[in-house]
Amino acid sequence: MQPVTRIHSRTAVLADENIDTDRIIPARFLTTTTREGLGRLCFHDWRYQADGSDNPAFPLNQPQARGCAILVAGRNFGCGSSREHAPWALLDYGIQAVLCSEIADIFRNNALKNGLLAIMVSEAEHRWLLEHPGIELSIDVRGEFIELPDGGHVAFQLEPFARHCLLNGVDQLGYLLQHADAIRVFEARTGETA
Amino acid sequence: MSTRTLFEKIWDAHVVVAESADTPAILYVDLHLVHEVTSPQAFSELRERGLKLRRPDRMLATLDHSTPTLPAGSDGERPYANDEARAQVTKLETNCREFGVALHGWDSADRGIVHVIGPELGATQPGMTIVCGDSHTSTHGAFGALAFGIGTTEVGHVMATQCLLQRKPKTLAIHVDGQLPKGVGAKDLILHIIGQIGVDGGTGHVIEYRGPAIAALSMEERMTVCNMSIEAGARAGLIAPDETTFAWLKGRPQAPQGAAWDAALARWRQLPSDAGALYDREVRIDAGKVKPTVTYGTHPGMAIAMDAPVPAARNAQERRALDYMHSEAGKPMQGTPVDVVFVGSCTNSRLSDLREAAGVLRGRRIADGVRMLVVPGSEAVRRDAEREGLHEVFIAAGAEWRVPGCSMCIAMNGDLAQPGQLVVSTSNRNFEGRQGKGARTVLASPATAAASALAGRIADPREYLVEVAA
Ligand code: SF4
Repeated sequence: MQPVTRIHSRTAVLADENIDTDRIIPARFLTTTTREGLGRLCFHDWRYQADGSDNPAFPLNQPQARGCAILVAGRNFGCGSSREHAPWALLDYGIQAVLCSEIADIFRNNALKNGLLAIMVSEAEHRWLLEHPGIELSIDVRGEFIELPDGGHVAFQLEPFARHCLLNGVDQLGYLLQHADAIRVFEARTGETA
Repeated sequence: MSTRTLFEKIWDAHVVVAESADTPAILYVDLHLVHEVTSPQAFSELRERGLKLRRPDRMLATLDHSTPTLPAGSDGERPYANDEARAQVTKLETNCREFGVALHGWDSADRGIVHVIGPELGATQPGMTIVCGDSHTSTHGAFGALAFGIGTTEVGHVMATQCLLQRKPKTLAIHVDGQLPKGVGAKDLILHIIGQIGVDGGTGHVIEYRGPAIAALSMEERMTVCNMSIEAGARAGLIAPDETTFAWLKGRPQAPQGAAWDAALARWRQLPSDAGALYDREVRIDAGKVKPTVTYGTHPGMAIAMDAPVPAARNAQERRALDYMHSEAGKPMQGTPVDVVFVGSCTNSRLSDLREAAGVLRGRRIADGVRMLVVPGSEAVRRDAEREGLHEVFIAAGAEWRVPGCSMCIAMNGDLAQPGQLVVSTSNRNFEGRQGKGARTVLASPATAAASALAGRIADPREYLVEVAA
């Protein structure tokens, strides 16, 4: 994973609550066996009309939302299926951070493992962000704050290990493999031998 | 040691490296379930890094999501939805061969939905940690196992190290008091619970379902309840193992035998939460108040008794959900015209579910214009159902009897509803488009699904259950 330290972008808003991973990438596209190129399928059934043209009612199709890397989404974003295709699709689409008052557990976990910042802010701050689409934000991973256009700061907290991995581009599988001895000891103690 | 909950006992027994402020715990995984959709990228990662599986003996793989539910043609060709689906299945077959994983594939008498076959084989056991790249892994919690869904990156972690990096979740006790009324089942109960606590009511928590109404449930019913824990946002759902659990497991192919069985039993009896153990949160539910319950919106938290008026939308997206469903505030769901009925999925595709649906359908015909699909959860369920003649009841009623798989629960395999069609479904997700683009899903019990197929409208199964009770 490449280190992620700071993200600077305008925000786009998807205010709906409970945007599930089936909406982020519909199940019929999950027959893929790779993780690449899923951006064109991101929000597919919301983003396109039946004839394949862009749906003008989809907020991220608005001209001012194009190219935004920070998504402010309604509460409980990423609920439902555990498919990691959801963060893969969002990243490939160009989203690098999701800000929300509450993010579903499995999605948040999957997102952070792929360098997609899944960040929870307070309800009041969330409401304010939802009401102010298109503002320029900087997200500072090291300092754990979001810088607002007026220079004000909104603090957030990342799970310390996830933050460490983001900042240093740590490969979590590599980290686990370093504990092979402890795993062997555990297996010996519990009679777990292959 | 002080009093501990069931969850804490399982957690403590699997900690390889304890968590600290800076690092999550390293947690050992006893059983890793695998299917074709969420595993190919993980196998590729291992291959690229030149890694092997640490414990292929602790993996159980099957084909369920992308598989057709119509039988192979006379040429032996299976009717896959498309070439990608076929390629995905082939990929798991070759990955399992290359890495030495036991695959319950097309030629296996045990193939089926991953969360149905794990318990059936006795691979799912009390006190275990069980993971799968699939959110409904929570199903296995019915046995008092800590079972949860993971992403594909983590599937790779477990493959290579048999471990996961985890922060300890919080606990939520849901006490279910009283007794479920006649004709009201486990599916009604769990829909009711999610309706009460909300789709994010369990976020960050492991739920333990407790109380007399839970203890009274069969294993199949407990699986239905735990299956949908994720629909309340919970990491996992658990039920303490008891005599019902042990009786169900005894003699299953992968369950311990002989002296090992006695030793396991002694261990398993220590698992239930200690008296006075503390939970981070507690909720009480009165089982006596649960009625046949259905969903009216586009997530499982939008659930009400079918005879209760649909609540008014409180915001723009609830309005959008009601519009999508054509649900009308103030009107009950009961009586809504139905196009398709689906009985299946890891929530409700076990033998007891099929019996429940067949009990309603026996000697009757489904309404004109309704299409009904019955998809058993596994080859074992299919065999047992056919031995009892349930398939004949379904076929005589006008339903289609299919080959096991996920089918219309996720609509990846070509089994799907058309835009605008209303589906009464025994599955677990009523998200927009889950059963086909534009399809409208109403979640319900097998009995309600069958009654609705007969009436051509959402119907109360208790009107048809007179003979079944006898
Ligand atoms: S039946 Fe549905 S919920 Fe269960 S594993 Fe298959 S797709 Fe997932």
